[in-house]
Formats: sequence, structure tokens, C-alpha cells
Amino acid sequence: MQWELNTDKPVYLQLVEQIQAGIISGIYKPGDKLPSVRDLAIKATVSPNTMQRAMTELERDGLVYANRTSGRFITSDEELIGKLRKQYITQVIQEFLDKMDLLGVNLEETISYINMISDNNKK
Amino acid sequence: MSVILECRSLTKKYGSTTALSDLNLSLERGRIVGLLGPNGSGKTTLIKLINGLLVPSSGTIKINGFEPGVESKKIVSYLPEKTYLPDWMKVSDAINFFKDFFADFDEKKAYEMLDHLHLDSSKRLKALSKGTKEKVQLILVMSRKADLYCLDEPIGGVDPAARDYILNTIITNYNENACVIISTHLIADIENVLDEVIFIKEGYLQLHASVDEIREKEGKSIDSLFREVFRC
Repeated sequence: MQWELNTDKPVYLQLVEQIQAGIISGIYKPGDKLPSVRDLAIKATVSPNTMQRAMTELERDGLVYANRTSGRFITSDEELIGKLRKQYITQVIQEFLDKMDLLGVNLEETISYINMISDNNKK
Repeated sequence: MSVILECRSLTKKYGSTTALSDLNLSLERGRIVGLLGPNGSGKTTLIKLINGLLVPSSGTIKINGFEPGVESKKIVSYLPEKTYLPDWMKVSDAINFFKDFFADFDEKKAYEMLDHLHLDSSKRLKALSKGTKEKVQLILVMSRKADLYCLDEPIGGVDPAARDYILNTIITNYNENACVIISTHLIADIENVLDEVIFIKEGYLQLHASVDEIREKEGKSIDSLFREVFRC
């Protein structure tokens, strides 16, 4: 998994979002074992403390669980992953619509643009 | 969490110039701390005080309760800005040198890291490029099992790939019981690695806060905040 970190948002939040995106897109499959905090930190070039905080956050939401002896795993709760997926998609589209709104583009025009661009992409 | 470094009213004067002024600072184990400030702000002075290379004009400095001296040097691993290893040494000589000096030096670990770089330890330091020499020095310093690592400009003057190597070496080798201080003015390159930052301006402590706290509160990167605080 490639880590893309920008600089104005707390690092741990970005790590949480990227692992969430990994779960939704299937890079991390339900029940998968996660690498150790230190290995993840090295891959992302962040402090292990920050990666630990991201893990704690994901554990709190139930997306990741820790097994005392064998490490950390992605949840097998498909319903929870489905909910996360819905949340994530909603958030991305909401941000996009807010941006269009800021530009003064109404919903109808936005949708016509989406159709035009996706048609072009198919070609 | 326990305190590893404690400075109280620490002041250092060079003649009439004050390099550090009434600095109060407390650092905990398990943290990676950026010591940030423009050139001449007092970063290197602080690091030299921690390592006993300078003596405070007033105030105190304690490392795990010890004043800088034999006891503190056993637990502080120091990477100076400039190399002190003589050119004629082979890499293996430098390793033996560290083995003789420091009881906590892990020779096996050092050789493993050199192997990883495909570096032939029979080479003389003089034959190494600047970037490789810096990597060797960092390997030596990080192969100690110290309680406090003081890295003075570890990423100055190396290419981005070498910089990533250096940062990864730091993350890989530090342990939860140790604190790492990294002094630099190349903030954008390292801010994701840091837990906390210290800003020093003209010898005064300007700010000591956690990186995520700053990003949450200010909504900007440490680099942008630095540019604001230190605008010329």
C-alpha cells in the first residue's frame, strides 16, 4: 500500500483514512493480519507513536482488533465494512458537491458533467 | 512516561553574545522530537550542552538525573554536525572504535545495517561519498542502545533517497524507552516523523508542542508555522 501524506492535517487522521480506504478497496481483506506498528510506521515514514494512535482509533471504531498474542487483524464484520464504505463514499461526494456549490455549479449541471466525463473515459 | 532530559533556566553565553537564554525544557522517553530553528538560533549549542561539550553559563541540565559527564555519556548517543572520525579509518576500524568506547554498542546490528547497504567494511572512510559517510555515521550512532539520541542535522546535504534511508534507520532502531532529538531546518522533509517539535528563536524557547496538536489547532503544517514564526 502506498502512503500519501499531506502536511496540514494531523498525521494520525490521515493514516486512519488511508487504512479505511485500504479496507474499502480490498487491499486489506476482512480477517487479514496487519503488519506490526513499527513495520507500518517504517513503510509510511511516520513515528511509531503516530501509527499506534491511528491503530487505537481504528480499534475504537471496531475496524481493527488486537489479539494479545498474535497481532492485529482487520475486522471480519462485513456489515461494519459495508457501513464504512457507505460513510466514506458519502463523505467524498459531499466534499465534491460542496466544492461545486462554491463554484456556483448547480446539481443538474454537475450531473451532466459527470455523465459527459464518464462517457469520455469509456472511449 | 519518565523524563529523560530536563533543562532549568539553562543559559549559555559566548562573551557578550547569549546563545541560549533561560531555557526550560523537559523531554520524555519514547518520543521523536524535532529541534527546529533558523541558523544561529541555538540548536547546536543546546545539543553540545547535553553532550557536555559546552558548560552552561547558568542553569542546570540533567539527563536521566545526571549532569553531563561520564554517567550521562553512557546513555546519550550523539551524531555531531561534522564528522570526527579520521579519514584513514576503515569502516571496520570505526566500528571497533565504537565497540571500545560504548558498552551499549551492538556490533552485530551495525554490520547488518552495513550489509543491507552493500557496504564493504574494509573500505576507508576517505573513499566514501559524502552521503555514504553520513549513513555510516548514523549507523554507528543508532547501533547503540542509548536512552537519548542527539542527531545534529542528520539529513543536511543528502539526496531524497538517502534522506528516506536515514529517517527509516531512525524509526527502525529507536526503542520505546529512548528519546530521539533531531535538529534540522529542513522541516518539511521530516515533520511526519516527529511526535513533538521545539522551536528556538534567538536563544529563546518559542514553542514546544506535539505535531498533531499543532496541525489540529492551527490547521497548517509545521513547515508553514515555522515560516510564520521565523519570517525575516
